[in-house]
Amino acid sequence: MSLFIVNILDGLVTGLLLFMLCSGLTLIFSMMGVLNFAHASFYMLGAYFGYQISTYVGFWPGLILAPIIVGFIGAAVERYGLRRVHKFGHVPELIFTFGLALLIEEVVQYFWGKSQMAFEAPGVLKFAAFSIAGNAFPAYKVFMIFIAMGVFLVLLYILTKTRIGMIIQAALSYPETVQNLGHNVPMIFMGVFGVGTAMAAIAGVIAGPVLGTFPGMAVLLGSIVFVTIVIGGLGSLWGALVASLLIGWLQTFAAAYNLRMADLLVAIGLTEPVDVAQSMLSDLWTLTLPQVGPILPYLLMIIVLVIRPNGLLGKRET
Amino acid sequence: MSEQNTSMAKSSASAQPLVPIKSALPWLAAIAFLLFLPVVFPSGAALTIMNQMAMTIIFALAYNMLLGQAGMLSFGHAVYMGLGGFFCMHLLNQVEYNELYLPLPLLPVFGGLFGLFFAFLIGSFSTRRAGTVFAMISLGVGELIAACSIIIVVFFGGEEGVSGDRTMGPEVFGFDFASQQEVYYLTAIWLILAALGMYLFSRTPIGRIANAVRDNEERAEFLGYSQRNVRWISFCASGFFCGIAGALFAINFEILTEENLNLATSGSILLITFLGGVGFFIGPVIGAVVFTLLQTVLSLYTEIWQLYLGILFVLTVMFFPAGLTGLLAMHLRPWKLGKIGLLANPYAKMLAPALVLVGSGVALMEILFHARHASLGEEEMNLFGITFNSQDWLPTIVVVAIGAGAFYLVRLLAPQVKEAWDMANHAEGQ
Amino acid sequence: MMTQNAPNAIELRRLEKSFGLAKIIQGVDLAVEKGERHAIIGPNGAGKSTLFNLITGKYEPTAGQVYLHGQDVSGLKPFQINRMGLSRSFQITNIFPKMTVFENIRCGLLWSMGYKYSFWHLVNRQRGVSERAEEILEDINMVSRRDELAGVLTYAEQRALEIGITIAGGADIIMLDEPTAGMSASETTYMVDLIRKVTQDKTLIVVEHDMGVVFDLADRISVLVYGEIIATDTPQAVRENQTVQEAYLGSALEELH
Repeated sequence: MSLFIVNILDGLVTGLLLFMLCSGLTLIFSMMGVLNFAHASFYMLGAYFGYQISTYVGFWPGLILAPIIVGFIGAAVERYGLRRVHKFGHVPELIFTFGLALLIEEVVQYFWGKSQMAFEAPGVLKFAAFSIAGNAFPAYKVFMIFIAMGVFLVLLYILTKTRIGMIIQAALSYPETVQNLGHNVPMIFMGVFGVGTAMAAIAGVIAGPVLGTFPGMAVLLGSIVFVTIVIGGLGSLWGALVASLLIGWLQTFAAAYNLRMADLLVAIGLTEPVDVAQSMLSDLWTLTLPQVGPILPYLLMIIVLVIRPNGLLGKRET
Repeated sequence: MSEQNTSMAKSSASAQPLVPIKSALPWLAAIAFLLFLPVVFPSGAALTIMNQMAMTIIFALAYNMLLGQAGMLSFGHAVYMGLGGFFCMHLLNQVEYNELYLPLPLLPVFGGLFGLFFAFLIGSFSTRRAGTVFAMISLGVGELIAACSIIIVVFFGGEEGVSGDRTMGPEVFGFDFASQQEVYYLTAIWLILAALGMYLFSRTPIGRIANAVRDNEERAEFLGYSQRNVRWISFCASGFFCGIAGALFAINFEILTEENLNLATSGSILLITFLGGVGFFIGPVIGAVVFTLLQTVLSLYTEIWQLYLGILFVLTVMFFPAGLTGLLAMHLRPWKLGKIGLLANPYAKMLAPALVLVGSGVALMEILFHARHASLGEEEMNLFGITFNSQDWLPTIVVVAIGAGAFYLVRLLAPQVKEAWDMANHAEGQ
Repeated sequence: MMTQNAPNAIELRRLEKSFGLAKIIQGVDLAVEKGERHAIIGPNGAGKSTLFNLITGKYEPTAGQVYLHGQDVSGLKPFQINRMGLSRSFQITNIFPKMTVFENIRCGLLWSMGYKYSFWHLVNRQRGVSERAEEILEDINMVSRRDELAGVLTYAEQRALEIGITIAGGADIIMLDEPTAGMSASETTYMVDLIRKVTQDKTLIVVEHDMGVVFDLADRISVLVYGEIIATDTPQAVRENQTVQEAYLGSALEELH
């Protein structure tokens, strides 16, 4: 039971981290119809900038500065790149952001090389916040949960309670009308893109010390992020939240419980062959749940799409 | 009524000559070129590169059946080539160990069928929607199968992959395909067959309707076509030709690994196709040739060649979305107007400063890279035949100055090029 | 073939459509006979385009049925309805901009001439298709523009091409959504003649704002106001109908004069 609670908390950390990326991505997608393939690359930039700044002035200024810098880079990408490609249509836009993702990975390797950075959590948070039946839960993870929740609540507040939020919500559904009302829609787009990428960067700074800061981190998380928003339903913020948590828990539990496929097969009445290694079905018998863990999100996506082509909470036709 | 029309159409078709000379000519030229190529470049390394190109061309053409012809962007297309290849590898092993009778030249047929099978299966749910949703599903499925390749060891061979021996089958006309040369000709024949097949496909009713669905899926639905079926069929056809490329990969390299399935491979075929130009049948061919050459040459000289490719790709998407072929096709109008000569002089003038500008950009990146990553005691670097210390400021300053000069000249000459361009495109009396 | 009681070309029974809480079409009954030219008129926002989209399968009805030649087609996909002999044009020009005029027409022909999803014919070799496409080009007077990209045509030409694509498949029910919208007087006259020519012996349903066109073209007229048909009758009777006068036509006719 206690292990269960630890896993619930761990899954929550992963899920909320995913959601920090998914929410920005969803916001950008619903406004502009562009799925920013480079979104996870901005997350990576956040981690690297956070690390670089932390080597000069420590972790905390990095947590503030890195997202701001990344946000400005994101806004510039929208202004000088995406806006240019926009007139060619959605597919070229997607190809552009794909190219950008490749380029950012190369640029990161150009400056920081291929190996992992020694990006560490700040000293003040290096203690166990509490422990459940001998399983210590690090304070840094508690901090991650609070940051993620905080970002989400601020976002929710801005979207539902402020004037700019109202305009953004209106622009989601009726961009032409909002434009006709005299709002500077291109400016709003640039702002949303900047804020979305900055949110990804916050996720990067806080995840860097835990998940590692290395050139492959964008690709590693990126595919999962896209799968998540497809599962949740493209363009649905609540769908993204549900799917993020679902995948967070799915992956954590799959990694924690060392269930063997063999046990399951025996349980349904099959007998294990004597020489498993020689059998054509040896993989089936030797599989364990942690091994299968990484592919579960993709399987989930296929199942969801076969049953609900628009995702869990999606209804927007594209 | 429709039955009647079909038979009418069929009977009228036979009245035309079988193949008009004009449309056969490029193909005959391509065949002659491919026959001739190993005579000029007989070395093993050259043959390997040419085989690599041939496979990439088939893969890129098959990819463009989706991207260019049907408007579908796939981020996981390596899967169909890879799975075709893996199955063929297992077939080769059956030939070797279980005496399966299968002449090697027929292997690509089976590769194609395997590719088709998986495209049919995955397409059944992924082609329901176009655009972003299709792209994301293709990414998810691609990642799924790439990840499976590490888990399902029996089939994918884990991290070592699956290997085999192509020479164990029955001899065909006395060839056992042990030599590179024989494999080259086998690959070349399949290149021609596959390219011709894909070209003809683009001219069938389904090929034309794929274009229509790409341009305007709603309108196509109101003309009797289910957009989903059109995409699904295009997807299957593309999968078939990808499988052929996969079989050729198995024959050439005799090993397949996770790398044949992963996102990097899927991404690079998008890059190749787009660089070549998606709007023309020949585009992916040019893309594959240029990319393979660039990759081979650049990786010899610099560690950061992938950075250059990334920059090239992003610039192409931003400024030349029609790709290299589009750039060439732009010159068709001046050519037809007989005014292509007007461009020669301004282009020639522009050439030197443009090259210097690119060169100094490259130099700057190389110096910074060296300064940042060279280990202690190896501050010396060699660039364009000049040796210097990358830690000094002087080389950087010199390079920046040269670059600025070249940039100024390019800006100065740009209006002339523009003017010549407008002149060359201006038809008399318009 | 023709039985004593030939079914109506199109019949709508208690057709309803809601978007969220808004009920756009509120129980429409309508019967259009075979060979009839039927016009649907009504003020902006009356639901004319929605009604069109319901009949042609773009939208699924919330309630009620659509019958095509006596067969229930409610909820079928556009391509299924098209295959049963109904073809439509669009209010906003809806062509294949990156294909040539000839190819646009040909796309409209392929399914109905039995090629379906064929990958074993070469289209250029199918003389029957090419000849039929050339005939249609002649019908819509666009032979000279044959090899232009559809995207570069003038607005009026694109509208004519739109009609060409619509009739190409030989459907016996043609539905045109505001075919003369945005056209000058001379272009309109030309378009009406064209429509008359290419829809000979066919059932025509047309949504139109231009009352001149409507009274010129239609055998019968339905007036749609706030999602309900308030009258269906001959042009003369509709013109004199008191309810129609009050609800809509009074002001529309004034515009005409």
